[in-house]
Amino acid sequence: MSTLVLAEHDNVSLKAATLSAVTAASQMGGDVHVLVAGANCSAAAEAAAAVAGVSKVLVADNAAYEHQLAENVSLLVAELAADYDNVVAAATSAAKNTLPRVAALLDVAQISEIMSVESADTFKRPIYAGNVIATVQSSDAKKVITVRATSFDAAAAEGGSAAIESVVSVHDAGISTFVGEEVAVSDRPELTAASVVISGGRGMQNGENFKLLDGIADKLNAAIGASRAAVDAGFVPNDMQVGQTGKIVAPELYIAVGISGAIQHLAGMKDSKVIVAINKDEDAPIFQVADYGLVADLFNALPELEAAI
Amino acid sequence: MKVLVAVKRVVDYNVKVRAKADGSDVDLNNVKMAIKPFCEIAIEEAVRLKEAGVATEVVAVSVGPKACQEQLRTALALGADRAIQVEVEGSVEPLVVAKLLKGVVEKEAPQLVILGKQSIDGDNNQTGQMLGALTNMAQGTFASEVKVDGDSVSVTREIDGGLQTVNLKLPAIVTTDLRLNEPRYASLPNIMKAKKKPLDVLTADDLGVTISSHVTQLRVEPPAERQAGIKVGDVAQLVDKLKNEAKVIA
Repeated sequence: MSTLVLAEHDNVSLKAATLSAVTAASQMGGDVHVLVAGANCSAAAEAAAAVAGVSKVLVADNAAYEHQLAENVSLLVAELAADYDNVVAAATSAAKNTLPRVAALLDVAQISEIMSVESADTFKRPIYAGNVIATVQSSDAKKVITVRATSFDAAAAEGGSAAIESVVSVHDAGISTFVGEEVAVSDRPELTAASVVISGGRGMQNGENFKLLDGIADKLNAAIGASRAAVDAGFVPNDMQVGQTGKIVAPELYIAVGISGAIQHLAGMKDSKVIVAINKDEDAPIFQVADYGLVADLFNALPELEAAI
Repeated sequence: MKVLVAVKRVVDYNVKVRAKADGSDVDLNNVKMAIKPFCEIAIEEAVRLKEAGVATEVVAVSVGPKACQEQLRTALALGADRAIQVEVEGSVEPLVVAKLLKGVVEKEAPQLVILGKQSIDGDNNQTGQMLGALTNMAQGTFASEVKVDGDSVSVTREIDGGLQTVNLKLPAIVTTDLRLNEPRYASLPNIMKAKKKPLDVLTADDLGVTISSHVTQLRVEPPAERQAGIKVGDVAQLVDKLKNEAKVIA
């Protein structure tokens, strides 16, 4: 048994989601190899070689893979898949784009966003927007699988010493080109990757008051999120929204401030390891999912919290 | 330019679906069915391309049992010119849907195929990409903007942390994300007109596709519930708990 993990990277560094994919791959049993497909991506390949549990890193370093266009990378992965039982990647936007093409080229199904590995061929995955969890069994000899990163612990980023091997084959389908990218720049960690998230809701009253979260976020190296109510009220932009229709997060610590706890918000954060709720309404539903609830006026509690940490 | 739009019949997005008590499947008795929201966005985009003079014909296609003709009629009422139902029984896997759509693509030779990015029942997010691989077409998935220019299309895509723009040779595939457009409502006169628009029915045999199954659903269950924790008296106690009990802050 052997598994090829398609790395999520930016040519320079390995994205944290890949570490969760490595853990899922390890649970499937056998050797775990990682493919880094990019251009001038040796730094990302070295990072992958250091991940605990990885025994080999394949590097396909070519201009055709620079922006990881699905049309090109899928041809490469489908070729390399001949030597593996499973092809696995974290369910990031890049892998969601590429892996179904791989599955179709191999004439197998893809199992999307697994939450657990029950056995070599059986997995759990959410359906109907997470309202139902299905246990599914694959009959394909070769399996293509994406992994919900928040459901698997990250493999250790250090401690491994995998061999790095170059892949010479170049696949350029010649049907798509990269034009440009606009990526939001912030000193804070990305919402879906942060280990601490502090979110504000309608209780923040206006956008200006979100600054009360800044100092705490700085001290905890936290990302700042918001409930849909806060976004709908125009306090903060849409890309800060945590919830069913926004970002799904599962940090070590989630602090909900002035958030009542509508189902649509809970769906986006209930897998967080520790949940703290600060709300002045002691009957707010958010307290039903919080590990630690503080019934208090956030305008008093936030400055106190900032001073105390 | 001809545009093919794929349409799926799913449980209405307002319905909270539950697992049956015996865990055999989800309970879909007497639930309202509707066109998938991402497909409505796909139809809207195709119709706007026609209104802008870029597309000349919009063909809606659905893979499903006879009941999905209802959703095809909705697509026709929203502005599609004609419809094709590929008749299958029960649910079919994304790979099979992609193979059936490939057959339709070969018959119809569209320059652009627009699909929703992800169904709201199976949540697979696969069919468009699989169709791309099977037909060797380029794809612009999770699109928030589509601009056709001569023999290529420029697609702005929602990616983790921002937006990416790619240029694709036609024919190409686009899958829709939420911000692409706001679908219109069908007017009553258009609903009446839609009843007279052509709707053809094809079978898997007509398209030379064998229906296969690769994945078996063994059981379904509700997601784990989270238990409520404790209330703390003040900020000092909260910080103490986070440091010494949960150990999530230093």
